[in-house]
Amino acid sequence: MIAWLRANPDAFLDALVQHLALSGAGLAIGVALALPAALLLARRPVLAEWVSAGAGVLRTLPSLAVLAALLPLLGVGFTPSVVALALLALPPVLLHALVGLRGAEPAAVEAARGMGFTPLQSLLRVEVPLALPQIFAGLRTAAVQVVSGAALATFIGGGGLGDLVTQGMALLDIAQLQVGAIAIALLSLGTEGGFGWLQRRWERA
Amino acid sequence: MIELRGVTKAWPGGAGVQALDLGVAEGECCALIGPSGCGKTTTLRLVNRLVEPDAGSIRIAGQDALRQDPVQLRRGIGYVIQEGGLFPHRRVGANVATVPALLGWDARRIAARVEEVLALVGLDPAQYRDRWPHQLSGGERQRVGVARALAADPPVLLLDEPFGAVDPLRRAQLQQEVLALLKRLRKTVLLVTHDVQEAVLLGDSLALMRGGRLVQHATPAEMLARPADGFVADFLGADRALTRLGLFRISDAARDAADAPGAPLPEATTLRDALAAMLERGVTALPVAEGGSLTLEAVLRSR
Ligand SMILES: Nc1ncnc2c1ncn2[C@@H]1O[C@H](COP(=O)(O)OP(=O)(O)O)[C@@H](O)[C@H]1O
Ligand SMILES: [Mg+2]
Repeated sequence: MIAWLRANPDAFLDALVQHLALSGAGLAIGVALALPAALLLARRPVLAEWVSAGAGVLRTLPSLAVLAALLPLLGVGFTPSVVALALLALPPVLLHALVGLRGAEPAAVEAARGMGFTPLQSLLRVEVPLALPQIFAGLRTAAVQVVSGAALATFIGGGGLGDLVTQGMALLDIAQLQVGAIAIALLSLGTEGGFGWLQRRWERA
Repeated sequence: MIELRGVTKAWPGGAGVQALDLGVAEGECCALIGPSGCGKTTTLRLVNRLVEPDAGSIRIAGQDALRQDPVQLRRGIGYVIQEGGLFPHRRVGANVATVPALLGWDARRIAARVEEVLALVGLDPAQYRDRWPHQLSGGERQRVGVARALAADPPVLLLDEPFGAVDPLRRAQLQQEVLALLKRLRKTVLLVTHDVQEAVLLGDSLALMRGGRLVQHATPAEMLARPADGFVADFLGADRALTRLGLFRISDAARDAADAPGAPLPEATTLRDALAAMLERGVTALPVAEGGSLTLEAVLRSR
């Protein structure tokens, strides 16, 4: 393994950078869609129920099935992979945010309304801050899923560390395969640990 | 100052409030009492339009509240709820500054007002301004809640069981302080409580509700002396005659010129406490510090 890394540092770095780009873009798009959606749904409990149910279904679909389903629609390459990863990030962020907004301390929300906050002011200045721990937990779950899900992008030509695994298999190059697999695992663990560390730090602040 | 006429609000489940007529004069405190679920909180929330009535009119300071913008209306009414409702993510100072900030006061004026109003409720601004709500005791939280409601100096205050979450020992003191404060500031107050003693202590008038209807609205002395029906009498309690004696002081009763033996009581003692002292000492007359004596006869006559 070490020997393979020494021999192919560029191939490894390319795959890693691509993997991070895929994950970052997918996560960013997913969050950019999920958070505003959660804010819009916060005042519409019935619609929120339906959307939550839909997000729940999306969440249980295997990542590989999502990729395969998107293939005829979007073709192959980087962009369809990012779209698939965004779809993967969306449900956890949306569901956690909705739970957090719904659970925001009722007395504080009642007081906000009673003192003359407009509904928007109450949402942005009271409900969202109170939902932040949940929103962050959603972000953490989504990030881990996206980073590990990005390993599958190789199946639709999206690149990333998954390429090392598929190429390793095709070439029967066990060292390359192992480097890819271990890098994916470490990256996922690192994401989980990193976000957990951020969360603890922030909760203490 | 607050005028409800024929106000009705039906909830899908039941009760709510039915054809409620209720007036609170300027500078007075009306205590809304009644069993749980009788519509006290609903009545309060109708006044600041957190609940919209199905029928009836609501006037505040002569203005038709139902024609005003509800958000603007609420910024002009102080509101304190049972759990305090402090924003857990904002420090005490920022909590108190809420309404002045919504009204767009400048920062210096807000800071000065926060200090002033924290001191009013008996909290040292230097010590409390930068604390988080979770660093306060139940009583301190309620004080901050009252300070926050007073911050923009609204003429009308709505208090929903403001002392419910305070332990009984501290509650009596907090009640006395808030009573003195509201009298001094001449606020018009609608106070919800399920505690008869608290209502009698704080209310200039008592409004007793049952099943969404107003059963009796009278001064505490009047209601305690002449409950409108058996329900009112039961709600006020078997000891309502004693409760009523708590409304009067020795200075209100006829005094006997003759001296009586024993330790004298000050004039400000309530007749209830005086009667208790007679029972405890086994006497029918007590010396009064300011001169003369109080007889059991006089206590009975002031019923
Ligand atoms: N937002 C609401 N929706 C439906 N029913 C309500 C609502 N608020 C209060 N109620 C009902 O109205 C009745 C009176 O409630 P409330 O005014 O809170 O009583 P109280 O404060 O006297 O205990 C209760 O039966 C309660 O269940
Ligand atoms: Mg209530």
